[in-house]
Amino acid sequence: MGRKLTISCFRFNPNIPGDKPRMQDYELEEYEGMTLFVALNDIREKLDPTLMFDFVCRAAICGSCAMLIHGRPRLACKTMTRTLPSKFTVMPLPVFKLIGDLSVDTGTWFRDLQVRAEAWIHTNKKFDFNALEVRMENETAEKIYDPEQCIECGCCVANCITANIRPDFIGSTGINRVYRFLIDPRDERSDADYYDVIGNEDGTFGCVGLMACDDMCPKEIPLQENLAYVRRKMAAAGLKLKFQGVKIS
Amino acid sequence: MSAKNTHISDVLVIGAGLAAERSAIECASAGLNVIILSLVPPRRSHSTAAQGGMQASLANVAMGKGDSPEIHFADTVKGSDWGCDQEVAKMFCETVPSMIRQLDYWGVPWNRVTAGKKKYASGIETEDTKDKEGLITARDFGGVAKWRCCYTSDGTGHTVQFVVDTQVCKLGIPVHDRMEAIALIHDGETCFGCVARNLRNGELNVYLAKSTIIGTGGAGRIYAASTNAVINEGTGGAIALATGVVPLGNMEAIQFHPTGMPPVYILMTEGARGDGGYLLDKNMHRFMPDYEPKKKELASRDVVSRRMVQHIRAGYGVTSKYSTQQHLWLDIRHLGRQWVWKNLREIATIATNFNGIDPAKELVPVIPTQHYTMGGIRTNKDGAVYGLQGLFAMGEAACWDLHGFNRLGGNSLAETVTAGFICGKQVAKYTLGQTRNFNMKMVDGFVKKEEERIKNLISGKNGRENAYEIRDAMGTAMMDHVHIFRTGKSLEQGVAKLQELYKRSLKIGLHSSGQGANPELAQALRMPGMVRTALCVAYGALMRTESRGSHFREDYPKRDDVNWLTRTLAYWKEGADLPTLNYEPVACPILPPGDRGYGEASAGPKGK
Repeated sequence: MGRKLTISCFRFNPNIPGDKPRMQDYELEEYEGMTLFVALNDIREKLDPTLMFDFVCRAAICGSCAMLIHGRPRLACKTMTRTLPSKFTVMPLPVFKLIGDLSVDTGTWFRDLQVRAEAWIHTNKKFDFNALEVRMENETAEKIYDPEQCIECGCCVANCITANIRPDFIGSTGINRVYRFLIDPRDERSDADYYDVIGNEDGTFGCVGLMACDDMCPKEIPLQENLAYVRRKMAAAGLKLKFQGVKIS
Repeated sequence: MSAKNTHISDVLVIGAGLAAERSAIECASAGLNVIILSLVPPRRSHSTAAQGGMQASLANVAMGKGDSPEIHFADTVKGSDWGCDQEVAKMFCETVPSMIRQLDYWGVPWNRVTAGKKKYASGIETEDTKDKEGLITARDFGGVAKWRCCYTSDGTGHTVQFVVDTQVCKLGIPVHDRMEAIALIHDGETCFGCVARNLRNGELNVYLAKSTIIGTGGAGRIYAASTNAVINEGTGGAIALATGVVPLGNMEAIQFHPTGMPPVYILMTEGARGDGGYLLDKNMHRFMPDYEPKKKELASRDVVSRRMVQHIRAGYGVTSKYSTQQHLWLDIRHLGRQWVWKNLREIATIATNFNGIDPAKELVPVIPTQHYTMGGIRTNKDGAVYGLQGLFAMGEAACWDLHGFNRLGGNSLAETVTAGFICGKQVAKYTLGQTRNFNMKMVDGFVKKEEERIKNLISGKNGRENAYEIRDAMGTAMMDHVHIFRTGKSLEQGVAKLQELYKRSLKIGLHSSGQGANPELAQALRMPGMVRTALCVAYGALMRTESRGSHFREDYPKRDDVNWLTRTLAYWKEGADLPTLNYEPVACPILPPGDRGYGEASAGPKGK
């Protein structure tokens, strides 16, 4: 016999007229190896078919199921209930727009980020279908893969004090995304080009250095190091522009 | 309730995984107006879960020396057990190297060749020369003659999807995520778009377009245990089948991946065996060489999965805390901590997260698990769907037919972008030559029909059957009767159970209000289509009285090229409770049917 779990869920469906935000308790029996993926689906399929939440891969690789689990932003699919007390809370991630209950709109937020940060390879070269690939050191490829592993779950954004008070801040995921292109030799942008995009308070200079993001990344991306790298680069680029007499905001 | 929002575009793309997005890029680059709609944001698509890599005959790595599209083609045809379309396979193998390089140009950080002598865990010793250094490298995979699986660690699908999505962002192609296509709009000859349900607020939307592309992925979730993401419920195929005029091809061809990890059935990449991993039984014996002396753990997936189940049936399965059923072990300890946590990082993390296992020092439990639908919406080699003008399908949702009765590992991720490119071009060409008049009365008719379905589900007019109970019973029936080893008697029982479930699925009633983006309503709307898809698999398997690739009939254990060198086409006629099966011949213009070189038909000891 497993423990009796009481899962206290945030409930609010903005599409139901008159619905009010509240916490609702569900009781179920824990079993060996139970994850929050299993627990929440059990609730929906056996206790309350209206409960809204998001899962896709259930393997911690798609980033859909981030939520505040007993107060901390985590991926629900890989969270074992045995790591939690017998009564715990689940809430939707802050910062992102609420869709309903535990479901938030990370898709719109991240798409907006990609467009604002122009997060794609900028090159003047044309692709030649008949040419060999441009050579690259394997070490460089591995270095790019490290930040590229971000699954855009939003845990770092939810835990970020700046993102919580400044709606346009691109967050540590956004700065990490820029880092990924900065270190990619295929991207021909200059530091000044990047400065244009993130050399401001909604970008790299918005970070106040609490590094709560770094503690929360489920992919264990070294956000602190990557942010520091981008900030140094951008500070240098900003100074250079200033000496050149370019007016910067 | 009514369809408040009508969106008109040149091209409508349903799905936002790799095949869908790659085709959208091709159409948008031709100057066409494109809208993508998807259940989830593109970067959450199941394409991101592909781990091992993409097959392409770049011939850069020493073990790939001398590789060519012709050798890749021969491996693919043998892998398919001569069930594939050879013209499609040829075109694919010739195009895929430039696709890999284009992805590199767009930013995929492919692992590269490093010069020097290497000794791999599998015992192979090679030397990569200076002249190849820095070019894209490759690893070994199942059923191949050369190392040609290009990769980024074991997160290849993730990096490729993210990079392809950067191009979608750059081109400014709008993506309507959390939007589910629930019916195609058509007049029996031409497709005009779809009716979609907004999963943010429950409202119906109408999408009208000159061309509609379906790239919605596979239908793995018709099985209770699958490596697939939970969204892989075959919805794209189901709405095509529901038109009554579009066939699903070869649905009985279901791939079971040798290494799903119980109890959650998450995939452990074939790259683990490609990099030198073994399979062990309860006596810690490496048994695959007993059955497959040549290819060992790297025979094709259908063969390895069958050998594993055969070995468990012979009494060598492992009983452990990880699973209620017997399983086997995957051993990658000898690859070393550095290799495991660098090149197999994704699966090492998964094993740690879900079973508390560090595969650098412990064994990982594995069991063959449903993984891929080779079949799908039948198209011609341009991706044009049989039966309806202006409708196209690509990737796992389609039966283009690159894979026949067994897909080679690394060929599906490669198919997504290659089909997206080749067929996307054809869609653009077709669309540029089209004009459309949309008959709004007909469109309204389709909307009303969906509104009626929703109303009836909420009111319980047709009954009070529970959507989740029917889904679970369907999943169990597929596990019990339509799995790796199949027999006529068991398949008959499976079909009967599914027919009963189909009738019940038409009597589903909600147990909640169905208001807003109600998740129970979403499941209820999908259920009849899912059971119809399951019946196409089960009934197709029952009627195919031979064994080919992944379709193995214990009562007909031999491949039968005289009677069954055919492709199944399953149609669903209105009011029916079984699909109507037609067959078309499979031509073998380049490589005539022969011996695969592995598997039950090839010479070799039977095992112990």
